[in-house]
Amino acid sequence: MARYLLNRLVALLVIVFLVSVGSFFVVHLLPGNPAVTILGPNATPRNVATENALLGLNKPLYQQYFIWIGNILRGNLGKSFVTSQSVTNIIANAFPIDIELIVISQLIAFAVAVPMALLASRRPNRAFDRYSTTATFAGLALPPFIVAPVLVVVFATHLHVFPGPGSYVPLSQGFWTNLHAMILPSIVLAIGSIVVYYRLLRNDLIATLQEEFITMARSKGLSDRRILLRHALRPSSISLLASAGINIGTLIAGTFVVEYLLQLPGLGYELVTGIGQDDYVVVQSLVLVIAVAVVVVNFAVDFLFTVVDPRIARG
Amino acid sequence: MAEPAVPVVGPGRDGTLSATGAEAIAGAAAAALTEVTAPRRRLGWFFWVCLGWIAVVILLAVLANVLPLPNPNYQNYSAINAGPSGAHLLGTDDLGRDILSRVIYGSRVSIIVGFGAIAIGLLLGGLPGMVAGYRRGTVDTVVNAASYVLLAFPALVAVIAIVTFWGHALWKIVLIIGIATAPLLFRLIRAATLSYANRDFVTAARTLGARDRRILAREILPNILPAIVSFSLIGVATVIVLEGTLAFLGLSVPGPTPSWGNMLNESRSYITGSQINLSLVLSPAVSMFSFLLALNLVGDRLRQHFDVTEVRL
Repeated sequence: MARYLLNRLVALLVIVFLVSVGSFFVVHLLPGNPAVTILGPNATPRNVATENALLGLNKPLYQQYFIWIGNILRGNLGKSFVTSQSVTNIIANAFPIDIELIVISQLIAFAVAVPMALLASRRPNRAFDRYSTTATFAGLALPPFIVAPVLVVVFATHLHVFPGPGSYVPLSQGFWTNLHAMILPSIVLAIGSIVVYYRLLRNDLIATLQEEFITMARSKGLSDRRILLRHALRPSSISLLASAGINIGTLIAGTFVVEYLLQLPGLGYELVTGIGQDDYVVVQSLVLVIAVAVVVVNFAVDFLFTVVDPRIARG
Repeated sequence: MAEPAVPVVGPGRDGTLSATGAEAIAGAAAAALTEVTAPRRRLGWFFWVCLGWIAVVILLAVLANVLPLPNPNYQNYSAINAGPSGAHLLGTDDLGRDILSRVIYGSRVSIIVGFGAIAIGLLLGGLPGMVAGYRRGTVDTVVNAASYVLLAFPALVAVIAIVTFWGHALWKIVLIIGIATAPLLFRLIRAATLSYANRDFVTAARTLGARDRRILAREILPNILPAIVSFSLIGVATVIVLEGTLAFLGLSVPGPTPSWGNMLNESRSYITGSQINLSLVLSPAVSMFSFLLALNLVGDRLRQHFDVTEVRL
C-alpha cells in the first residue's frame, strides 16, 4: 500500500507541474499579445515593447515560466490590470463562497439521495426503484445552466420565495440573509450530485445485499431496517463519500454557472468577469488555482480512502 | 458486478486514478456503467420515442433553411418580447427575433459540437485505444499513463482557458472539446478492446495469417461497436452540456448566432427584471433537456441491450 501511495504522490506532483505549465503556456503560446491586450489596439509598437519589457515578456519562455512559478510559490499571484487588486486578495474573498455553496449543496444531495437509494435497493426493480431510477435519468439531462434560469424565474422572480441575482450578503453580515441567498444556487448544484450519489449507492447496496454476511444477518433474525442501515449502508458509505470527493470537478463547473447567473462573487464569477475584461493575470492565476485545487482534492480523497479501504490499492 | 465496490467513479474503476479531468463525461458514463440490472433484451417503446426525437431534432436542424421559418437574426422592432401567436409560435425575444426559428437554428451548434467533438475524440483517442489495447507493450503503457494525467485536468477550466485566449469560433470549440474527450474515449475503447484481444476467434484469425489491421477491423471492431456507439451517444450528451455551460457563460460561439446556451444566456435579464419573457427561457431549456434526455436514454438502453457491462472498465 505504501508503494501505491508513493506512486500516487509522484503522479500528483507530475500533474500539478503539468497543470502549471499548461496554464502558463495557454496565455503565452496562443495568438494575441498581453501587452496589446493591456494597452489597447491603438498602442504604438514602442509602447508595446516597453510594456513587454515591464511584464518580462522579452525574456526566453522557460525563464518567464520559472519567474512566474517562483512568484506563485512565494504566494504572489500577481495583480489585476483592471482593479489592481492582488489576486491573492480576490481569492481570499471569493473562496469562502464556493466552499459554502459546495457544502450546502452536498448536504442537500445526501439528504435526498441516501433515503431514496435505501428505499430503492430494498426492493430492486419494483415500482419505487423503477420510478426513481427513471427520475435520475431526467436529472442527468438537467445541467445547472438549464435548471438555474428556470428555478430563478419561478422561485425568485415569480413566487418571491428566494432572493434574485445580486442579493448576496457575506456570512459575517447576517447568517440568515446569507443562507437565504445561498439555498437556491445550492439546490441547482445538488441536482447533479443527487443523480450520481443515488445511482452509486443504489447499485452498491444491491450488490452488498447479495453478500453472505447479509444472509448471515438475516438468518440471525435481524430486522430488514437494521440490516439495511447497519450492515449494508456502512460499507457502501465509504464509496459514497469517495465519489463525493471525485465529484468536485463537476461541482466547480456548476458553481461557475450559478455564480454568474446570481452574481455571487465566488471564484467562478471572478474568473468569468476577468475573462470579460481581458484581465489575463487574474484569469491565468485563477485557472491555475482552481485546477490545482481540483487535482489536489481528488488525490487527497483517494489517499484517504486507500488508507480506510486497502482493497483499492490492490485494484 | 458482485465484486467489492471500488470507490472510484468513472473509468478509474480499476482504482488506478479517478477520472477527474473529463469529470462530466466520466460521471455520465459511470452512472451508466455501474447499473446493476439484468441485461434488457427489449428496448421498450420509450427507446423508440427518444430515438425518434433525436431524428426529428437533427432533421429540423438540417432542413432549417428549407422550412418556412423567419430569419433567426431578423429583428422585428414592432414585435419585441411578444407572446406566442400565429406569426411567432413561441413568441419573440428582446430584439423581436422569432424564438422558434432561433431554437431550431440554435440546435445546429449543439449538434455540430456534440457529434463533431466526439468524432474527433474517437479519431484521436478511440483509434489509438484500439491499437493500444490490442498490441499492448511499452507504447500502450506510456499512452495509458499519459491518458491518466490528461484526465486529471478539470475539463471545463482547461477549455475555458484555451477558448478565452484562442477564440470562440465554432470549429475551435469543436476541436478543443474533441481533444478534451480523447483521453476518456481512449480509456473506454482500450478497455473494450482488451476484453476481446485474447479471445479464441482473434487467435484463430492470427493463426490463419490475418494482418493486425484486418483483425482490428474485421474481428475486434464489430464486437466493440455496441460499446463505442453507446458511450459515444452518452458522450455527445455530455459534450453538449459542456458547450452549453460555455455558451451560458458567454464563452462559446459569439452572438448573434443562435445556440441553446446563448439563448439561455440572453434570457438572464428577462427572468429577473420587471418584464419576464418566459418563452425565451423555457424554449431553449426544454429543447435542450429533451434532447439530452433522449441521447442519454438511447445510449444507456443500447448499452444494456448489448450487455456492454461485461466489458470490465
